[in-house]
Amino acid sequence: MSEIINAPVFKKVELILKNEFEGVLSEELKTKSSSILDGIQMPTTRTEAWKYTRLGKINNKKFTVRKGDVSDISSFIITKDVYTLVFVNGFLNSTLSSGTLPEGIICQSINEANSDSTFTKYIGQNLRLEEEVFNSLNTLNSADGVFIHIGSKVILDKPLQILHILSETNTISNLRNLIVCEKNSEAKIIQGYFSENATDSFTNVVTEVFVEENAHLTIDKIQYENDSCYHVATEQVQQEKNSTFTINTVTLNGAIVRNNLNIEVVGQNCLTNLNGTYLLKGNQHVDNHTIVDHKAPNCESHELYKGVVNDQSTAVFNGKVFVRKDAQKINAFQSNANVLLSDESTVNSKPELEIYADDVKCSHGSTTGQLDEEAVFYLRARGLSEKSARKLMIGAFVNDVLKKIENEEVKTFIFEILHQRFDWELSN
Amino acid sequence: MSYTENDLAEDLQNQEYKYGFVTNLDSETVPKGLSEDTIRLISAKKEEPEWLLDYRLKAYEIWLQMTEPTWAHVHYEKPDFQDIIYYSAVKQKKYESWDDVEPEMKETMKKLGISMDEQKVLTGTNVAVDFVMDSVSVATSFKEKLSELGIIFCSFSEAVKTHPELIKKYMGTVVPTSDNFYAALNSAVFTDGSFCYIPKGVRCPMELSTYFRINEKGTGQFERTLVVADKGSYVSYLEGCTAPMRDENQLHAAVVELIALDDAEIKYSTVQNWYPGDKNGLGGIFNFVTKRGVCEKNAKISWTQVETGSAVTWKYPSCILKGDNSVGEFYSVAVTNHFQQADTGTKMIHLGKNTKSTIISKGVSGGKSNNSYRGLVQIHKNATNARNFSQCDSLLMSDECGAHTFPYIECKNSSSKIEHEATTSKIGEDQIFYCQQRGISSEKAISLIVNGYCKEVLNQLPMEFAVEAQKLLAISLEGSVG
Repeated sequence: MSEIINAPVFKKVELILKNEFEGVLSEELKTKSSSILDGIQMPTTRTEAWKYTRLGKINNKKFTVRKGDVSDISSFIITKDVYTLVFVNGFLNSTLSSGTLPEGIICQSINEANSDSTFTKYIGQNLRLEEEVFNSLNTLNSADGVFIHIGSKVILDKPLQILHILSETNTISNLRNLIVCEKNSEAKIIQGYFSENATDSFTNVVTEVFVEENAHLTIDKIQYENDSCYHVATEQVQQEKNSTFTINTVTLNGAIVRNNLNIEVVGQNCLTNLNGTYLLKGNQHVDNHTIVDHKAPNCESHELYKGVVNDQSTAVFNGKVFVRKDAQKINAFQSNANVLLSDESTVNSKPELEIYADDVKCSHGSTTGQLDEEAVFYLRARGLSEKSARKLMIGAFVNDVLKKIENEEVKTFIFEILHQRFDWELSN
Repeated sequence: MSYTENDLAEDLQNQEYKYGFVTNLDSETVPKGLSEDTIRLISAKKEEPEWLLDYRLKAYEIWLQMTEPTWAHVHYEKPDFQDIIYYSAVKQKKYESWDDVEPEMKETMKKLGISMDEQKVLTGTNVAVDFVMDSVSVATSFKEKLSELGIIFCSFSEAVKTHPELIKKYMGTVVPTSDNFYAALNSAVFTDGSFCYIPKGVRCPMELSTYFRINEKGTGQFERTLVVADKGSYVSYLEGCTAPMRDENQLHAAVVELIALDDAEIKYSTVQNWYPGDKNGLGGIFNFVTKRGVCEKNAKISWTQVETGSAVTWKYPSCILKGDNSVGEFYSVAVTNHFQQADTGTKMIHLGKNTKSTIISKGVSGGKSNNSYRGLVQIHKNATNARNFSQCDSLLMSDECGAHTFPYIECKNSSSKIEHEATTSKIGEDQIFYCQQRGISSEKAISLIVNGYCKEVLNQLPMEFAVEAQKLLAISLEGSVG
C-alpha cells in the first residue's frame, strides 16, 4: 500500500514519525504532549486508573501509521438513510463517504480545519495530557479525524454515520475528533469501529465534545474490531446549561478495549445519559472508565452498564460520580450489572461516589452473578430447551441497555452481530 | 438500661468531649525517637524473650524499607516518627492485686465508666475488662472465673510469658509484619494489648473487653490484640478507647488479629471515641489500625464498629473467609464532624466454598468533615457459591462536608453472587417536618432519624455498648446541622 513509517510505540513512550503523516494539531499542543511523552512510561497495574488492565500486549508491539483502502464497505454500513463518513486506518476516505450535509453544518477533516476559528478555539481545551499517555500520543500524532460543527439552531435531519475501518496489520490509527454543538442545535451521531484483514492493529481515538446551551447530542458507538485489535477511546465532553448528552457504547469485540468517558457538566439543568454494554468471549479484555463531574447545580445523570463475560475474558467497570461543592440538587444514578458465564472469566467493578454537596440524591449499585436458575427452570417448565431459555434470559439482560438506542436500524445491526457471534436471538 | 429522651437531652447539654481529662500519675517514659535501641529498650523493659525481640527487629527492618501509603482519601501532616514517645508506663512497679492500684487510676476508670469490681456481676454488668493505659495493661478483671473454663484472658505481655507457645503459633499469622506501613511499625514497637484464647467447645459466659486509654503527652499508642477461638467456641469481644484533649496529634497504630478455628464464632465490637480534635480541627488522634480475622471451616467473624472519634481514621476490619461455609460480617457506623476525616471500610476475601459476607456501612458526615467508605470484595476462583451483600449509605448533614464511596468488587467465580449498593443523600426536610408537626424539636428529630438510620448496625452491639453508642451519636452530631 502506501508509504510505511515505522513507529515504535513506547517502551519509553516514544514515537518517531516522518513528516508525511506528521500530526496536524498546533505546534503548541504537539510540543506539550511531546514533552509529556518524554517524561512518562506506559501505565502499569500500579497506576490506579489502570489497576485491572495490563497493557503488556500493546507495549510489546510495534505499530505503523499508514493509509489504506477498502473496496467494499457494504458490510459495515450500520444504517442507510444517513450522511456517511468513512475513515480507513484513521484517514478520511472521501470517495467512500456519501451525502451532502445541510447548511449550517461544517463537517470536515481536521486537516482542513486549522484555519477555522471554532476549531482552534476548542481543540485540546479540556483534554488532560499530563500523565495521560494515550491522550498525549494522540495529540502529538493525530494526522486526521473529523471536525463537526453544528451551527446555532440547526437540527441535523438525519444521523451522521462515521465508520472507522482498520485495513492493515500492525497499524495504529490516532484519530482525533472535535464535535461542537452550538446553542439550540440537535444532532445524532453513529460511530462504528471495524476491521478488515487487520490483525494486531491499534485504534487510539480522542473525541472532544462541546454541547452548548440547550443543545442535544446523542452518540451511538459500536466497537466491533476483531479479537486481535486494541482500542483505546477517550471522550472528553463539556455540557453547558439545559443541554442533553447521551452516549450508548456497545462493545462487541476487540482484544483490549478501554473506554474513557469524561463528562464535565458545567451548566445547570443538564441531563446526561451514559449507557453501555459489553459482551465478551475468548480472551477479550474490556475496561470502561466513566467520570461524570457535576460542577453545577440542578442536574441529572443516569448511567447503566451491563455486561456478559464468558470463557477467559475480563470485564472492568469503573464509574465515578463527582458532585462538587455548591452543586446542589444533583440526582446522579449509576448501575452496573454483570453476568459471569465461566469460572475462568473475571469481573472487576468499582463504582465510586465523591460528593461534596449535601442536597443531593446519589446512588450506585453493582451486581455480579449468574442467570437465575429458578427463572431458567420456569422457562423450561413451559417447554423451552435449556439452551434457548438461557439465551432468552441473556438477551433480556442485555436488551435493557440496547433498548436505550433509539435508532431501530442500529439495533438491528447489533442484533445481527450478536446472532452471528453468540447465537443469541434478539429482536426489537 | 432504658434510655429516655430526658437522658439524651441531658447528655446533649454536655456536648464537649467528656473524656478529655488527664490523669496525673507519675509515668516512666523512654526518650523520644525510634531506633533499634528504642526497640531493644522496650523489649528489655518488658523482660521479653529473645524470639520476640528478633520478631520486633525484623519488623523494624521491614518498616524502614516501606513508605507511608497515600492512597486513602485523607489529608494530614505526616507524623514525625522521631518525635514520638514509644513507651510510657505508670511508675507503680506491679499491681499484685486490685488493691494496689492507685486511687487516681481508680478514679480515672470510674470517670471512664469502667467497672473492675467483680462484685458488681450480680447487679448486672457482666463484662470482663482489660484496661490498657498508654503502653501497659493496668488491670484485668474476672481472670480467675474465666480460667476455670480454661479461657485465657490477659494482657499481651503476660501472655508472652505464660503462654509463649500460643503467641508464637498465632501472632503475625493474620497480619504479617510486612502487611502495611503501620502494621510493620506496630510489630516493631508494640507495647501491650490483650490476648484471649477460648478453648475447644467453650462458650465464653461474659463479654470480654479491652479499654484503651492514651494519657501521657507526646506518646503514641501501639497495642496488639490477639483473639484465638478454638474449634466450636464462641466469644464476644468489646473494645473502647478515649484520650485527653490536646492540641497535638497523637498516633494510635494498633493491630488486631482474630483467629476463628473450625465452627468457632468471634464477635468483635468497637466503640472508637478517641479525641477528635476541636472545632477548628486542632489536635485529635490519628487512628491507623489494621484489623483482620481469618475464618476456618464453618467459622464466623463479625465486626461491629461505631467510629465517632479521631481526627483521622484509617481502618479496614477485614475477614479472610478461608474455610468452606465460613461467614464474615461487617457492620459500621462512622460519624465525622468538624474537621474529622475517616476512610474506613472492610475487605472480604472469599477463598472457601459457600462463603458468605455481609457489609452494612452507614456514614454520617457533618461540619467540614470527610467520610469515605472503601471496601474490597474479592471472590477467588475456588469460592464456589460465594455470596456477598454490601450496602453503604451516607448521610450528609452540612453543605461543606463530603461523603464518598470507593468499593472494589472483584469476581473470578461464575457461581457466586455479589450485590453492592450505595446511596448518598441528606435528611429529608419532609421527615423533619413530620416530626416537628408532632411536637419534636428539629434537633431531636435529627437525632431520632440518625438513630433510626444506624439502627441496623447498633442492633448488632451488645447491650451496654448500644446505649453508649446511641448517646455518642447524638453528642458527636451536636451542632452539625446547619
